[in-house]
Amino acid sequence: MKSGGVRNGTRAAITAPHLRTDRWWLAPAMTAAGLLAFVVYSTWRAFSNTDYYAAPYVSPFYSPCLAENCEPMRNGPNWEVFGSWWGLSPALIVLIFPLGFRLTCYYYRKAYYRGFWASPPACAVAEPHKKYSGETRFPLILQNIHRYFFYAAVPVAGILTYDTVLSFRDEHYAWGHMGLGTLVFVVNIVLIWAYTLSCHSCRHIIGGKLKHFSKHPVRYRAWQLVGRLNDRHMLLAWASLVSVALADFYVYLVASGAFDDPTFF
Amino acid sequence: MSSYEARFKVWRGDVAGGGLEDFGIEVNDGEVVLDIIHRIQATQAPDLAVRWNCKAGKCGSCSAEINGRPRLLCMTRMSVFMREETITVTPLRAFPVIRDLVTDVGFNYAKAREVPAFVPPDGLGPGEYRMMQEDVDRSQEFRKCIECFLCQDTCHVVRDHEENKTAFAGPRFLMRVAELDMHPLDAAEESGLDRKKTAQDEHGLGYCNITKCCTEVCPESIKITDNALIPLKERAVDRKYDPLVWLGSKIRRRPSGPA
Amino acid sequence: MSVVDRQEWDVVVVGAGGAGLRAAIEARERGARTAVICKSLFGKAHTVMAEGGIAAAMGNVNSGDNWQVHFRDTLRGGKFLNQWRMAELHAQEAPDRVWELETWGALFDRTSDGRISQRNFGGHEYPRLAHVGDRTGLELIRTLQQKIVSLQQEDFKETGDYESRLKVYQECTVTRIMKEGSRVSGAFCYERESGRFFVLEAPSVVVSTGGIGKSFKVTSNSWEYTGDGHALALLAGAPLLNMEFVQFHPTGMVWPPSVKGILVTESVRGDGGVLRNSEGERFMFDYIPDVFKEKYAQSEEEGDRWYEDPDHNRRPPELLPRDEVARAINSEVKAGRGSPHGGVFLDVSTRMPADVIRRRLPSMYHQFKELADVDITAEAMEVGPTCHYVMGGIAVESDTAAARGVPGLFAAGEVAGGMHGSNRLGGNSLSDLLVFGRRAGLHAARYAAGLTGLTGERPLVDDVQVDTAAAEALRPFSAEGPVAGVEDSRPPENPYTLHQELQQAMNDLVGIIRREAEMETALEKLADLRVRARRAGVEGHRQFNPGWHLALDLRNMLLVSECVARAALERTESRGGHTREDHPAMDRAWRRINLLCQLTDPTGGLAATDPVHGQIDLVRETTEPIRPDLLALFEKEELVKYLAEEELYE
Repeated sequence: MKSGGVRNGTRAAITAPHLRTDRWWLAPAMTAAGLLAFVVYSTWRAFSNTDYYAAPYVSPFYSPCLAENCEPMRNGPNWEVFGSWWGLSPALIVLIFPLGFRLTCYYYRKAYYRGFWASPPACAVAEPHKKYSGETRFPLILQNIHRYFFYAAVPVAGILTYDTVLSFRDEHYAWGHMGLGTLVFVVNIVLIWAYTLSCHSCRHIIGGKLKHFSKHPVRYRAWQLVGRLNDRHMLLAWASLVSVALADFYVYLVASGAFDDPTFF
Repeated sequence: MSSYEARFKVWRGDVAGGGLEDFGIEVNDGEVVLDIIHRIQATQAPDLAVRWNCKAGKCGSCSAEINGRPRLLCMTRMSVFMREETITVTPLRAFPVIRDLVTDVGFNYAKAREVPAFVPPDGLGPGEYRMMQEDVDRSQEFRKCIECFLCQDTCHVVRDHEENKTAFAGPRFLMRVAELDMHPLDAAEESGLDRKKTAQDEHGLGYCNITKCCTEVCPESIKITDNALIPLKERAVDRKYDPLVWLGSKIRRRPSGPA
Repeated sequence: MSVVDRQEWDVVVVGAGGAGLRAAIEARERGARTAVICKSLFGKAHTVMAEGGIAAAMGNVNSGDNWQVHFRDTLRGGKFLNQWRMAELHAQEAPDRVWELETWGALFDRTSDGRISQRNFGGHEYPRLAHVGDRTGLELIRTLQQKIVSLQQEDFKETGDYESRLKVYQECTVTRIMKEGSRVSGAFCYERESGRFFVLEAPSVVVSTGGIGKSFKVTSNSWEYTGDGHALALLAGAPLLNMEFVQFHPTGMVWPPSVKGILVTESVRGDGGVLRNSEGERFMFDYIPDVFKEKYAQSEEEGDRWYEDPDHNRRPPELLPRDEVARAINSEVKAGRGSPHGGVFLDVSTRMPADVIRRRLPSMYHQFKELADVDITAEAMEVGPTCHYVMGGIAVESDTAAARGVPGLFAAGEVAGGMHGSNRLGGNSLSDLLVFGRRAGLHAARYAAGLTGLTGERPLVDDVQVDTAAAEALRPFSAEGPVAGVEDSRPPENPYTLHQELQQAMNDLVGIIRREAEMETALEKLADLRVRARRAGVEGHRQFNPGWHLALDLRNMLLVSECVARAALERTESRGGHTREDHPAMDRAWRRINLLCQLTDPTGGLAATDPVHGQIDLVRETTEPIRPDLLALFEKEELVKYLAEEELYE
């Protein structure tokens, strides 16, 4: 069987792997840099197992907190599902869900296939790999379980919403207060929800799978709304990634005492 | 009207070999790259082969690569380039070259034949079809396709891997599968044909890693990836990877019909 | 001479546009082994350019519509010169042809109750055009293409070969139709990719090659429209009918120069766009001819009301038949009230909200945005007339689409004459393709079947004819150069230059407004070009050589151009797509006259003809009277405007 790419014998004899004259490498490089920065930061924070709670704020990396070694949070989402045997950072238990959601997300797939794996690095730029089987085989065929991570991401977002509600307390758990952290949490949760609902799997489940929209007017409307969000899926993916990191960083600053949460009322 | 002399490099040759040839050529206000290729043809290289037809972006014949990017020659205005820039025009690099800017796009016609046609519903005669606009909107978007095959050309699955051509239909024809699967009256399922499954098993949907180059090059601005390929992947998931759906269909002892 | 590859088919269809593909589908479904041969890639035919819609009296939007009304509109549009039986069949069968497309997977825009939506168009009394946004032609061609593929899939299941019963030879050109005696025996072709010659042997040949627009400088037509089918039929001995009628579409782009002529769909006006001159005046109100006075609004207010309430108001004059609008624009520009680039303004930006424009006219929005950098939702377009369609064409039998005088030759679509009379209504073209494409395929298959039975004998392709055709096709490679020592010997002619001169001459001298002296000049120019074209030479080899292809197409363009010029000179009246400055009025006496063009040399040769006399003879023919029940569809007062005295009282 014939193989090879643009330099295959039957194609126009051009030795250059591509003839693009624009800065095609810029986008994948920035994507890779952005993702890498988040990975480094979140790995550090997830394993550190410190400074993730400063009443009333809990870092989104550590919520829900499901082990005995969690810091006590009054009314917070910490249930000792995992008993005392869990000795690692409790973040690791939960993070797998949002991580899996984002790892299998159709946008992030594009981003890291291009940015990290150069498959392809940019459009009409030859990729360096000899073989390519896409998502037809293990492990990449597992990308198809994105939908289950979406199902899991919804309760996680629900719990983060709960955390945001709890952030309308002061450090003595008195209700009816709001600090800068509350604002950070509100912005973050709005972005998290927007990103979660704009997911392609969500769009499919809500209405995309239907053959006749005319027979399901309500789901059709919902599908249109999700579609409008979905148009901005990439933007929301980045915005929510940054906001979740910022929310965690804010809690870190307050919990470590480096910063005092200013209260509005 | 202001005109200037532009520098062009045009690939000339055939399957036996060839290379970029330099041309200095006049460019006038409002012209597109195809005008310049035609001027080269009329004044400097009468046997320069180029495929074109409508010259209005409606037929999708004049696909080529300009400065390394797959584009329609007739829809690329000269004003997007700097005057001092050298403009390189080559044939599509995913398909076998015939001569100069003309390539053998037979791959696409072969793939078109592998997609089972529309299955008309039983019991509905001509004139009895009733479809609502919101039900045809999705497929209509895909039917805007002018078959320029730029998406097929740019898709790295076949562009960079000749050996994948047998297994992979390419974005254009996966979109055709999506179009038929979303057609409100397509009766494939009743006839025992599961397009969702064949998309994956026979047309190579799994090869697509949704890196979106097809959407980037589409001159009709069809959102191939978001509206056709990903929904098709999700539909395949319904069929093959969703245990709830699988269980449901087992319990009800029939494949889930069209919603 | 080298041996030329031969393949045997029952029906050969030349051209893969709407008519050709519909003919091929029909022929194949009737059991004929069918080959389609086309100059472009499969699915790229000029039909994709059609924007507005398919006219068919389905009555989905206004139930008052029926075939009789459609017939009436068609005859009015064609100024009663139509081959009336064709117009009748067309109006009757168009709805079935549209509905059939749905069963093949077409997706038209819908009404609110789920039927095919229909839009208004110039000259049509009711909303009648089935459409898909403004890309109806693409939908039509793609549907037919996919139907062909589905037939091939059936054949594959049965025979293991996709192409056993229906094959598309793409990027191939036919240069001659072969005959045995008077009967068709096949077609001589070459493959554009390799330059290789081959012969398709078949008792039936359907010609569906479209039009002739590439003989004119400003045209909405693509490079394929070089009048090939017209010329092939002429050379095979079939006459062409009423070639003087060339439609100039009123609204083509005028700027920038490289896209001059590209079409701006009539739907822009059908959906509310208006024409204004440089003084901002809606000038069309000044150009409503007497025959249409009762049918069109007399004030802007009434015209505007019509879009909302068509039952109680008359339509605005922007929707007059195309010939009227084109002439009006021409007059305005001449009177100095044109736009900066020599057109007039077509404005939708002040008539509809931007998002409505983008939704209803998406390709127009893109076309102007990308080709002219004009945002039609914010500013007016500049438009002017562009050569769009030829009403004249191969003279055919109405019912069978059989070309006159050449058994086995059929013609459908733009290349066939008669259906549209002196002027075609928008939307009637796509329906024409389907109705007569189907009929041509049907009768071609029947005719071929009659010759393949026990009694029938298939005509044979003669070797000498093949050799002659091959020699003719190779001629440009051995064009005479300067001969040493011989005076007056000149280098070979550049085919591109000849083509440009031809386009300029036709545009200037046989264009939208015609004068006797200019047409005589045109005939002299054509004679000169014809002599020079015989020396058209090309470089390089036969593989995908555009210079060579053009040199071969020149023969066809010159033949067809001569037909247009001669017929236009002969017809001393103005009617539809033929406007004579020296005979500005329509003359009822001419209504019954058809002009037939025939080759002067009946053997189909071109070499021996006298350069001054030319290659074309004109014959006048009196048409068959319109059937009384069809005439009864019109009011007497209307008929007196069109019909000659003696016709009225017959």
